[in-house]
Amino acid sequence: MSELLLNVKDLRTRFHTRDGLVHAVNGVSFFVKEGETLGIVGESGCGKSVTVMSILRLIPSPPGEVVSGEALYLGRDLLKMSNDEIRHIRGSQLSMVFQDPMTSFNPVMTIGHQVAEPLMAHQEMTRKQAYARAAELLNLVGIPNASERLGDYPHQFSGGMRQRAMIAMALSCNPPLFIADEPSTALDVTIQAQILDLVKHLRDEFGMAVIWITHDLGIIAGLADRVAVMYAGFIIEEAAVDDLYDHPSHPYTIGLLGSLPRMDESGQRRLTSIEGMPPVLYQPPTECPFLSRCTYKIDRCSKENPSLMPVDDDHRAACWVDTTTGKSRA
Amino acid sequence: MTNQILPSSNLLRVNGLVKHFPIYKGFIFQKQVGAVHAVDNVSFDVKRGETLGLVGESGCGKSTTGRTILQFYRPDAGHVYMEDVDLVSLKGEDLRKMRRKMQMIFQDPYASLNPRMTVGEIIAEPLLAHHLADRKEAIEKVGSLLHLVGLNPAYYHRYPHEFSGGQRQRVGVARALSLEPSLIVCDEPISALDVSIQAQVVNLLEDLQAQFNLTYIFIAHDLSMVRHISDRVAVMYLGVIMELTDREELYTHPLHPYTQALLSAVPIPDPKKERRRQRIILQGDVPSPVNPPSGCRFRTRCPLAAPICAEQAPEFREIATDHHVACHMV
Repeated sequence: MSELLLNVKDLRTRFHTRDGLVHAVNGVSFFVKEGETLGIVGESGCGKSVTVMSILRLIPSPPGEVVSGEALYLGRDLLKMSNDEIRHIRGSQLSMVFQDPMTSFNPVMTIGHQVAEPLMAHQEMTRKQAYARAAELLNLVGIPNASERLGDYPHQFSGGMRQRAMIAMALSCNPPLFIADEPSTALDVTIQAQILDLVKHLRDEFGMAVIWITHDLGIIAGLADRVAVMYAGFIIEEAAVDDLYDHPSHPYTIGLLGSLPRMDESGQRRLTSIEGMPPVLYQPPTECPFLSRCTYKIDRCSKENPSLMPVDDDHRAACWVDTTTGKSRA
Repeated sequence: MTNQILPSSNLLRVNGLVKHFPIYKGFIFQKQVGAVHAVDNVSFDVKRGETLGLVGESGCGKSTTGRTILQFYRPDAGHVYMEDVDLVSLKGEDLRKMRRKMQMIFQDPYASLNPRMTVGEIIAEPLLAHHLADRKEAIEKVGSLLHLVGLNPAYYHRYPHEFSGGQRQRVGVARALSLEPSLIVCDEPISALDVSIQAQVVNLLEDLQAQFNLTYIFIAHDLSMVRHISDRVAVMYLGVIMELTDREELYTHPLHPYTQALLSAVPIPDPKKERRRQRIILQGDVPSPVNPPSGCRFRTRCPLAAPICAEQAPEFREIATDHHVACHMV
């Protein structure tokens, strides 16, 4: 848990759309250490997927454009690599699983071929070796009779099985960093529990680092070591997992935790909803992006957009107000 | 809310409800080759003013149950008594009259509003269709309904695309309320919304229930939200109700092995509790409802399955007062 695996600095991504320029990611910085699990939490449109897709250079350009920033993977900037270099790293060093298990496979290629493909591409295995390894991997992720199912097409797999096969494919080259973009949201809770159990098990066994993107604060609580909360293209709070749930410091994080019904809680507590809705990102905000929904706001919030400030050891929040006292943090 | 209810005040009685969807093969000479057993012998009561939660994973028949109760689908067998009138025996104008008393809120706020009608026309349509108001009265009524669900009455002439998901769902709620129904079937009304917006809509539903003594059937897969909003909860699996009891009883003393596994799979937003929790991980996937397992439908994934479970379908028995379970092993 010491060496810095990925260090992202001041990442900015924009999209040129017919309606104007969308500022999707606005100066995001974070890091992942070896063997660590970072959770990125946020609601739809907060820029969490765009952030990791920018790092992996998967943003289609046009319309997208990574304007500035660095993404240092073991000291080398992923954003400055040639296409050949990044292709070599994707799959073998950094691999990613996407949200929708229905559409992330090629429907006209067999599962076996798709799981074996990265092995042939990155590890120079022969077809025979790669297929044998693919069967092992599918077995590892809990697909029954894996060797007989290599010839199956994606439509013959259920949603949960497809997501497992996707994970098998992502893990085929033992990547040091595994990125998961809401891989369990499209699945039922019992299948989701299977997938989470599998990822935890594999993480502990192979010691890989994980970035887990989700909107579900429940999943993150059980999985992550550190959490970054995103809102409107900014990281607005970052802390160790226990610290974040015990002492949320940004009004948005406080609001999110308050708006969640809890299965371990009886009684009819009224949910504290966050009024209003997230801002449209056509202009880079000059004020705090959460201003219009915030119950803690002070004068300064409308004049300057706060950047992340230390709240405690390893705990930072982008808010001018100390939410424990309601006073300015200056 | 529960304490206002008299013991005999059942608004709705569902008795032995069955709905199978035929599967045809062939193009011109169609032949029925099987059926999806969507709902099989489902019985329950709903008391006036209460919220019955209907939970289960996708494909378990919870939405079909809701739609069959409202006679969107006519059941293949069974009875639905609304205020002691059997809806299944009604047709034409008689059924249309009963429909005023029961409305539905749909899952997808993007698909359930006609994009070519203004919000005002959408909410006024039920009033005009049932000849309960002339155009002028309807416009007035719509204004007060919009106000009631927390929207500006000046939005009358706006189109659905001008609204966010949460606001659209409020329009759906206003439309359901326009006929002053006693029963509203809420079919996953919040699952398409972001977490911070979900709380807004749930709070609105709770306020309206208190104000108008509404009865809800709340269909959802989010077990935390169901615990929050329901008075009693029914757990469905492959078209059958497995367990039905009070909210507190179900979440603190679940008896059916499926309920136990389902509850243990739900993540809790508290890192310390998450680390201590023991999960029951179910193996495999939900079997196809075209060919449900013999006997107990859960037996293929059940940790307690015994030979009798394959031979005989367990009876839906009252094990303790108001606690019904369908399991041989309990």
